[in-house]
Amino acid sequence: MTEKIKGIAASAGIAIAKTFILRNPDLSFERKTVEDKEAEKKKLNDALDISKKELNEIKATAERELGKDKAEVFSAHLMFLSDPEFVGQIESKIDSDSLSAESALQDVSTFFIQTFESMSDNAYMRERAADVRDVSKRLLAHLLGVSFTSPASITEETVIIAEDLTPSDTAQLNRKYVKGFATNVGGRTSHSAIMSRSMEIPAVVGTKTVLEKAKDGETAIVDGLNGEVILDPTNEEIKAYSQKAAAYKEQQAEWKKLVNEPTKTKDGAHVILGANIGNPGDVTGVVNNGGEAIGLYRTEFLYMGRDQLPTEDEQFDAYKEVVEKMKGKPVVIRTLDIGGDKKLKYLPLPEEMNPFLGFRAIRLCLERQDIFRTQLRALLRASAFGKLRIMFPMIATINEFREAKKILLEEKDKLVAAGTKVSDDLQVGMMMEIPAAAVLADQFAKEADFFSIGTNDLIQYTMAADRMNEHVSYLYQPCNPSILRLVSHVIDAAHKEGHWAGMCGEMAGDATAIPLLLALGLDEFSMSATSILPARSQLLTLSQEELAKHKEAFLNLNTADEVLEYVKTKMK
Amino acid sequence: MAEQLLKVTSESGVHARPATKLINKASQYSSDLTIESNGKHANLKSIMGVMAMGIQQGAVVKVTARGSDEEDALTGIAEVFISEGLGEKQ
Repeated sequence: MTEKIKGIAASAGIAIAKTFILRNPDLSFERKTVEDKEAEKKKLNDALDISKKELNEIKATAERELGKDKAEVFSAHLMFLSDPEFVGQIESKIDSDSLSAESALQDVSTFFIQTFESMSDNAYMRERAADVRDVSKRLLAHLLGVSFTSPASITEETVIIAEDLTPSDTAQLNRKYVKGFATNVGGRTSHSAIMSRSMEIPAVVGTKTVLEKAKDGETAIVDGLNGEVILDPTNEEIKAYSQKAAAYKEQQAEWKKLVNEPTKTKDGAHVILGANIGNPGDVTGVVNNGGEAIGLYRTEFLYMGRDQLPTEDEQFDAYKEVVEKMKGKPVVIRTLDIGGDKKLKYLPLPEEMNPFLGFRAIRLCLERQDIFRTQLRALLRASAFGKLRIMFPMIATINEFREAKKILLEEKDKLVAAGTKVSDDLQVGMMMEIPAAAVLADQFAKEADFFSIGTNDLIQYTMAADRMNEHVSYLYQPCNPSILRLVSHVIDAAHKEGHWAGMCGEMAGDATAIPLLLALGLDEFSMSATSILPARSQLLTLSQEELAKHKEAFLNLNTADEVLEYVKTKMK
Repeated sequence: MAEQLLKVTSESGVHARPATKLINKASQYSSDLTIESNGKHANLKSIMGVMAMGIQQGAVVKVTARGSDEEDALTGIAEVFISEGLGEKQ
């Protein structure tokens, strides 16, 4: 019977094939002590030898299939097996507690797994617990003389269903046969998810139940676009998903051709497609997807998940890394936007009735100038290494903007006086996310170098509706004429003073909104990195001049639904 | 006995891949090498020991060498530390 299971879309694409269920082998054993400790240590050493031999083979396969870089993880596994602490502790448990090799291994591996898993603020290290589990499982199987199903034995087109895929499982996947996979556990940053994206195998992880519900050898669809697994699909479903898969593949190939192309509309207008990032590590994805700018670097992640404020040097390093990696392309860095929903444990803030309307972002920074000035100095120092632009969040009044800019210029003067190099081409702009500022955009444009419209907040403040509250979430309407008029006013105000206007909210990457924003004259669209190529491909087919003719018409419609209908029928 | 202070600037801290390189380098020397940070310490020739320390960005680590090639060992470790992008000499 057909069953649809929701999960997390870990790797894009659609796979339709017969299932191959990868079950964990039975590695249960009875905990016991032994008389002959030397024999037990010999057993351990034999199991270590076989495991190393196997891992060397897997590593060679992985190097061929995935490249040297990805195969490095098996070097680490091999090192675990020769590790003086790991092997030493197992041996000493056999010696001192007379434990069997299996029991000693279990104690030692549990210790390391728990240690790695407890590093709760470091996702990367938590994932390493999976590596210890993986290598210990292999060693244990050899100690027990149990063999387990290997993905390497797959010789026909399949979709793998498993509790989770270990790194060594993933490395043994033959791309010719493995069309996709679905797992019970995992998130977007789990090892299997990262590997699946680099191998470009569609994957859905974190389904919780797929392993229990799937039957071996039945047909399954893995929809890595929507995060769904369909077990035993109907013929109609197979047909529909086959079409969807083919269309996606074609589309993908087309998108890839655009990586190094400029974003030009049909009539030759040039807009900038940028990306929103949270960490310097995200820049690789931006470059690989042909991003022409960083439209929003959210700096708050530098401040989160730690015990004290980041130092000026730590911040400088992060900002410098981003501008350098972007090689002269513009990088808009937003100053600290904390408070409200995002709190820091080392910065006690009063509880508020309406945190979104409260003490946060620039309001907090103007009061806590020690924090603000440190960040500004780091930004100014990094500005010498590329095209850095500074943006203040949550500006409501002209006075706030003036005050923030004054503090920035004070720090700049101090640095210059001390002989520190600072960019002489530094643009200072602001987020347009509070309606009061958007209404007064013409006045702000006389003082700010650019605007970036933050639609997520602008919409909730304009509609007076918390977007997390499900009762009022219907009011989150990016295409409501009220929002479009505000956006239009902000763009016009910027242009009148010779400035540029960008957008860094969800709306900028939305295929329905793109024609509207192009018609309004938006200069820069900033979105998640993976949306860039689809957006570029869409923009190539649009004519700004033609769309601009519709501006008056859609700004004068009454409802969001009318606008959506208008875009669909008239603005292609 | 010789010591060297190093500052971790890498965003992901001392994680598996560069740690592997560090351990490989450490294993080439006959000296005993230990790494110390935030009150924890480990044998620098043990990947498990080093990774279990969970050394993160911003941490300052002390590497201590004891043995006949201790000075060379410290120089070698610092070189790998820098070339793998883990951080810099303090």
